[in-house]
Amino acid sequence: MRFSDAARPELGDPAARRGRRRAAAEARGRRADAVGGFPGWEALREAGAAIRERTLRELGTHLETLEAAVEEEGGHVHWARDAAEARRIIDSLLPDDVPAALVRSDVTDEIGLDGAEPGPHSKAAVVGAGFLVAETGTLVVAERGDGLSFPGTLVAVAGIEDVVPGWTDLEVLLQLVSRAGAGVPMRPAISTRTGDFALVLLDNGRTTVLADPDGRAALRCVHCSACSDVCPVFQRTGPRPYGPGRAGPIGAVLTPQVRGVEAPLGASLPFASTLCGACADVCPVKIDIPAMLVHLRGRVVDARRGRPVPPPEMLLMRGLAWSMGDERRYEHTLVRRARWARLLARDGRIRRLPGLFGKWTDARDLPAPPRQSFRAWWRRRR
Amino acid sequence: MRIAVFVTCWGDALFPATGRAVVRLLEHLGHEVVFEPAQTCCGHMHWTAGYHPEAIALARRLTEVFAGHDVIVTPSASCAATVRTAYPRMDPALAGLPVYELSELLVDVLGVTDVGARYPHRVTYQPTCHSLRALGLGDRPLRLLRAVRDLELADLPEAGECCGFGGAFAVKNADTSVAMVADKIARIHETGADVVCATDDSCLTHLGGALSRLRSGVRAVHLAEILASGLGAAGPAPVPGGVARRADAP
Amino acid sequence: MTAREEILGRVRGAFPGGDGGGVTVPRGYRRRAPVPRGDVIALFGERLADRRAAVRHVALDELAVAMAAMLWAREAKRVAVPADLPRAWLPGLDGVRPLTDDPPLDPAALAEADGVVTGCALAIAETGTVVLDGGRAQGRRELTLVPRHHLCVVHADQIVHTVPEAVGRLDPYLPLSWISGPSAGRTLEILVVEDW
Repeated sequence: MRFSDAARPELGDPAARRGRRRAAAEARGRRADAVGGFPGWEALREAGAAIRERTLRELGTHLETLEAAVEEEGGHVHWARDAAEARRIIDSLLPDDVPAALVRSDVTDEIGLDGAEPGPHSKAAVVGAGFLVAETGTLVVAERGDGLSFPGTLVAVAGIEDVVPGWTDLEVLLQLVSRAGAGVPMRPAISTRTGDFALVLLDNGRTTVLADPDGRAALRCVHCSACSDVCPVFQRTGPRPYGPGRAGPIGAVLTPQVRGVEAPLGASLPFASTLCGACADVCPVKIDIPAMLVHLRGRVVDARRGRPVPPPEMLLMRGLAWSMGDERRYEHTLVRRARWARLLARDGRIRRLPGLFGKWTDARDLPAPPRQSFRAWWRRRR
Repeated sequence: MRIAVFVTCWGDALFPATGRAVVRLLEHLGHEVVFEPAQTCCGHMHWTAGYHPEAIALARRLTEVFAGHDVIVTPSASCAATVRTAYPRMDPALAGLPVYELSELLVDVLGVTDVGARYPHRVTYQPTCHSLRALGLGDRPLRLLRAVRDLELADLPEAGECCGFGGAFAVKNADTSVAMVADKIARIHETGADVVCATDDSCLTHLGGALSRLRSGVRAVHLAEILASGLGAAGPAPVPGGVARRADAP
Repeated sequence: MTAREEILGRVRGAFPGGDGGGVTVPRGYRRRAPVPRGDVIALFGERLADRRAAVRHVALDELAVAMAAMLWAREAKRVAVPADLPRAWLPGLDGVRPLTDDPPLDPAALAEADGVVTGCALAIAETGTVVLDGGRAQGRRELTLVPRHHLCVVHADQIVHTVPEAVGRLDPYLPLSWISGPSAGRTLEILVVEDW
C-alpha cells in the first residue's frame, strides 16, 4: 500500500495524533537536555559516524573476527540469508519441550518472533542483540540481564551490521545511543555477555543495501529512534504507514532499498518526507537521510522511465524541464500558464485546480499569478 | 557593488513583488543590480522530485547563465541551498557558484542589519527548513527584522518545525502536509501576529494558501518585502496584501 | 554454497576494490577531564538524583547503620546477599534477614527476597551508573535481577568520571551489568562510602 493511503486513517485519529505529538515533544526535550550540555557531543558524533562507516567498509573482516571470537569463547555462529532461514535456525537451536523467552529488538520484530519476557524460570531465550563486539565476541543489549543470565539456552540474533570492531568503540556508541535516543546520559540498563551463546547473523536484504554506495550509510543506524522523535511526518502518521519494516525516517530509506522501489510502498516511502532535515541534524552517527531520500526518489523515477505510457507527473516534469531549458520557451510557458491560472481565480485566489494539483487546493488556496512577471517588469523598467 | 539577482522561477511567475523588493532594497543601499534574462530555474524541484538528469541539465544551465558574476543574490533559501549543497552532489564541477540568500548577502557580505525600513505590523518569523538547517542562516533574518522601525517581532513557538510544504510532498502526501500546516497555523495564531514572514516564497505559498483558505487575517509576506517597505527613495512601499498572499495588484 | 559463504561473498562484493578501509576514527572526544575528585563524587550523586535513585554519602563506620535505615525504609525484610559480602556491611539488626547466596539460592528462594545488597566493580559519575561484573561483593547477576529493591554500595575510589574511563577499566569477558537508575519496576539506592 502507498504511504499516503496508509497514513489517512492514522491522520483521522486526532487523539492519537495529539498523543504522539506530546510524546515526541517530551522526547525532544529530554534529548536536548542530554545533548545540549554535554561537552564534546559533536566530537562524539564524528567518532560514532566514523566507527560505523569503518565497520561497514570492513564488514567482511569484522564478521569473521566476530565469528572466531564467539567460537573461541564456546559459542556458535549461524548465518541466515533471510527471515525464514533465521527462524528455522532459531527453532533448531531451541529445546523442543520448553517455551523460549524473548528479548525484543528491531531484528526480532523483523523476523517475526514473539515470546514472553525472560525471568528466573526461563530455560531458553532468544535475545535481539544491540551490538556485538568483534574483538571479544561480546553480546551487548540495552536491557536488564534477565535474558542473558537465567536461560540455559541462549540464542542471540543480530543483523550483520550490528557488529562493532573493538571493545573501546562501545565508549562512543553506548553514549550516542543513550543521549540521542533515550535522552539520558546512559540507558537505564545495559548488559553484556561473552561466551556460551549461539549467534544468528542475519542478512535479509542488508547486503543489497551495502552494495549501493549512496544508500549504504543507512546501515550505520544504531537503533536510537532520535530521527523518528524529530520527524514531523512520523509524528502525524505514527509507525503503521511505514509498512512491515522499520518506521520513521530510517525506515523510509531502508525499506525501499531492501524491498525495491517498484511496489507501491517502496515507491512511495522516499516521498514520505518534506526533506526538512531534522533527522540528519539529530542522527548520532550522522546518516544524511534527506540526501538518501533524494537518491531513492531518483531510483523510483528511473524505474518508471521505461514505461510505454509515461505517468502524468512524468509528462509534467519533463515538459517543465524542457520549457526551462530555454528562456523563450520558459517565458512562453509562464505567460500561458499564468493566463490559464488567472481564469480559474476568483478575488485573486484559486480555490480549485484540476488534475495533479487538485490535492493542493483540497485544503489550500493558490494565489492568482500577477499579470506582470518579474522579467516583464524588469524589461519595462529599462 | 554589482549584484546579480536570481529571482527563481517561482518568484518570477507567482511573486514578482519579492524580486522587485530585492531590487528596490539593494538599489536603496547603493548597489547596482543586474538581471540575467536567460535565467530560468535552478533545478531544485526536479532534483528533489527524483528527475535527476533533468535537474542536472538545469543546474548546468544556471551555472553558465551566471558565469562571471561574483555576487548573486536570491530571495529563496531553498534555491540557495540547492546551489550550495545539491550542485556539488550532481557534479563536482558545479560547486562554487557564489549564490547568497538575501539575509546572508545583507548581513555577511554587505555588513548591514538596519536597512532603513519601516513596517508597522506585528510579525512572526518562520525559519524555513532550508534556511535553518541547509544554510544555517541562524538569527540573520531576525537581526534584520529587529532593526525595522515600528515592527513588533513575536516569537513563534516550535518555530523549527517544518510547515509541511516539501514541494511534491504537499500533493503526494496532501493529508499529512495539511495536518502539519494546520499545527503551524495554530502556532502562528498563538503569536497574535498579523504577518508571518519567511525567506522562501515556496513555503509562504503553502502557509499563505492555508491561511487564505481558513480566512485567517494573518498574511504571509516575504522578508524582502518587509525590508523594502518604507524605504524613503522609492516612495511609500505598497503593503503586500490580498487574501491569498497576492503579492502585487494586477 | 553455504549461507555463510553466500553472505560473506555479497558483503565483499559490495566493495569491488576489496575491503573499503581507509576510515580513521577521530578520537577527539572527551575521554577524561581534569576535574577534582570531590566534584566527580558530587556529580555522581547529582546524576543519580536526576534518575530518581536515592543516594547517601556515609563514612565507613556509619555504613551498617545507614544500610539498616535504608532497608527499613524500603520495608526490605529478606535481603539477598552475595556470599562474599563483607560481614561488616550487614546491619545485623532486628527485622532484616540476610539470605546468603551460598549455597546458591534457587529461583523460589530468590523470589522471596524483597531486596538485594551488593557492591560494584566501578561507578561512572557523568552518567550516574554503577557497573557490576560479578566480582567481589557482587555475586552472580541473577541476584540483582529478581528482588524489587537493589541497594548498591559504592566506594568513592570506585567512581570514575567518564564513560571512556570506565570502558577502559572493565573486563569484556565478565558478565557486565550497567545500571543507571531504576528500571523495570526495580528501585535503586546507592550508598557512597567516602573513606574505606
